[in-house]
Parts: sequence; structure tokens; C-alpha cells
Amino acid sequence: MSKLRRSMLFVPGANAAMLSNSFIYSPDALMFDLEDSVAITEKDTARLLVFHALQMPLYKNVEKVVRVNPIDSPYGKLDVEAMVRAGVDVIRLPKTDSAEDILEMERHILQVERKCGRAEGSTRMMAAIESAQGVINAPEIAKSSRRLIGIALGAEDYVRDIRTERSPDGIELMFARCSILQAARAAGIAAFDTVYSNANNEEGFIHEAEHIKQLGFDGKSLINPRQIELLHNVFAPTRKEVGNARLIIEAAENASRQGLGVVSLNGKMIDAPIIERARWVLQRAEASGIRQ
Amino acid sequence: MKIIQQSHAGTLESGDVLIRIQPIDSHQVEIELESVVEKQFGDAIRRLIHDTLHKLSIEGVRVIVEDKGALDCVIRARVQAALIRATGTQLLDLNWGAL
Repeated sequence: MSKLRRSMLFVPGANAAMLSNSFIYSPDALMFDLEDSVAITEKDTARLLVFHALQMPLYKNVEKVVRVNPIDSPYGKLDVEAMVRAGVDVIRLPKTDSAEDILEMERHILQVERKCGRAEGSTRMMAAIESAQGVINAPEIAKSSRRLIGIALGAEDYVRDIRTERSPDGIELMFARCSILQAARAAGIAAFDTVYSNANNEEGFIHEAEHIKQLGFDGKSLINPRQIELLHNVFAPTRKEVGNARLIIEAAENASRQGLGVVSLNGKMIDAPIIERARWVLQRAEASGIRQ
Repeated sequence: MKIIQQSHAGTLESGDVLIRIQPIDSHQVEIELESVVEKQFGDAIRRLIHDTLHKLSIEGVRVIVEDKGALDCVIRARVQAALIRATGTQLLDLNWGAL
């Protein structure tokens, strides 16, 4: 099974206390931020704080992503240099408009890997798409590098770019979400949804999480640790789904023993895609538990 | 390397530390520490700061530390940030391995 990346918790890179204790939460990935949450005057110290935090043994067992500043800003290259040297798992590019943005970042990552003796290609990347141009170019972006683990929607900048604002049902994001999802799936990488920025609205968060799960997203960026459990629960299969999946696997195994390719269960045809989905549901249940 | 200008980095929020760097007229390192955990960790914090300065070959400096319970990695980052602010990014470019 591919690595679970349901939840990615944002941690502001300039906040010493949050950097010191975020290991107590259990998201699938922690995303230390050097970009929008850090004031211009604090970019240098945030870079060093995250550089040292990444090397803390307490963060050893969680996937560590760092959102760096754009490579053409005065901070981007230094961010990448520090993070690659510190052993980051994944570099997240903000505001990715084209495949060339990825290739440029990749060239710089490779340079640093060679300089510091890190295995070439061991630094993975993900790209945040935050503009109309980025959405249009999503298929090329998603296929641009073997380092890419996934692409993500950054909705706040995107809605500003298309001249609207976010709404509770998210109709304004439908095109971008579907484009990013299709591009990711066609490239064989993951698709991540944007943050839900009202941490106090649990109902709204769950509504949005169910929506993006139904669309097919792998996970979502989070801004508050309270959202982790809510999201994992949305991604957990129900007791009924797990029960059905077990019956399907059983029926398929019986059919295979009898040399049959196709089998029927309660009048429904069970074939390869259905069996694969049933296996996936059981794997999900193992990782996420049963939905409460 | 000798420090020639003042600088500071950090905050007084819980879990953080405020580091102020001042040049002095000698090759010594002076540390003034005020910490909420001074009794338990005062010596360890002083050693950590000495070690951080030594690795970057910094001397002739007074380091004024107001600690609010910062972890080692935070103290090290704030001291290095203050030094870079006082000396320029060439300190960073030349010393990645010493950070």
C-alpha cells in the first residue's frame, strides 16, 4: 500500500514553541512553513529553527515536509539548501505555475544533494498549485519530476486569482479540484486538498473533508491539530464497508480455488476492480480504524 | 571571527529565547543568562552557547540570553541567527557543516 498521507499539519516555522512540541500530534505528515506564515524580518531565523527542528530525534518517525519560499525570491535557495542538508523528506513548492518551476527547483535540490553528500533523488517534492495558470498546467506539472509525491491545491491564492472568494459549498473550487485530481491520477501521484481555515467550525470542516474524499483526494492540509482526528475519521471506512469488503475477498478466494474468473455475490458481479477496491478498503481500515 | 555590530534574534514567548549579541573589546566570550529554568539547566545552556560560538569560531562577544524555557535546538537556532545578523550570510555559506 502506498504511504498514507491523509493529514498534513501546518506548523509556522517562526513559532519556536510549536516547532518544539508538534511531535505530540499524530498527523501523517508535518508541514513546517517558511513561506506565508513567516514575516519577512523573520525568514532567516525561521529557516534556522526549522533546520534544527528537522534534526530533532522526536520528529524521526513522522514524515517531514517543508514549504519553502519561491526559488526566485531572496529566500528560496537558502531555504532549500538548509532543508536538504537537514534531511527533510519532502520540499513543498508554493505557487507552482508551470513544469519549469518544478524543474528549476529540482536542479537546485540536486546541486545541494551533491554538495552535502545526500543520496541523489532522496529529497522528494510536492507542488502547490495556487493560480489559474497552475491549474491549466496541472497535467504537465504532475508529470514533470520523478521526485514529485503529489500536487496540492492552495485555495486562498487561487480564489483571489480567479476573482472570487471561498464559499461553504466550495463551488468556486470545483474546477481546480477536479483538474488537480485528474492530473495527479494520470501521473500516478497523490492529490492533496487545501486548508479549511476556520478551525472552530467542525461541521464545515467535516463537510469539506467528505466532499474532497468523495472526489478522490488522498488528503488535506490542516491548520489545527484538532482537525487531525476529524479528518482521519472521515477517511476511515464504515463498519458496513469493511463487512462487504471481507465478503468480497472471501467470495473471490473461493472462486479462485474453483478456477473461476468472475463470481457473483448477492446477485452482483464481482470482478477484478471490485476485488481491488475491497482490498483497499481493508487496508484503509487497518490504517485508519473503523469510522466512528 | 570577531563581532563588530549588535544584533538580536528570538522572542520572549514561552518556549522561545531572546538572544542579544554585542561586540566587546577582547577575545573573550561573555554570557549573561536569565532563564526560567536556570537552576536546572543554567550550566547546560551556557555550555550550549559556548559550543555554538566555538564551532563558528566567534570571539569578542557578549551574549545576553533571556530564556523562556526554549529547547536546545531553539537556543542554537536563535544564537546562530543573531550571529548571522551581526556578520552577514557569508557565515552561513561557509559553515553549513558547523551549524
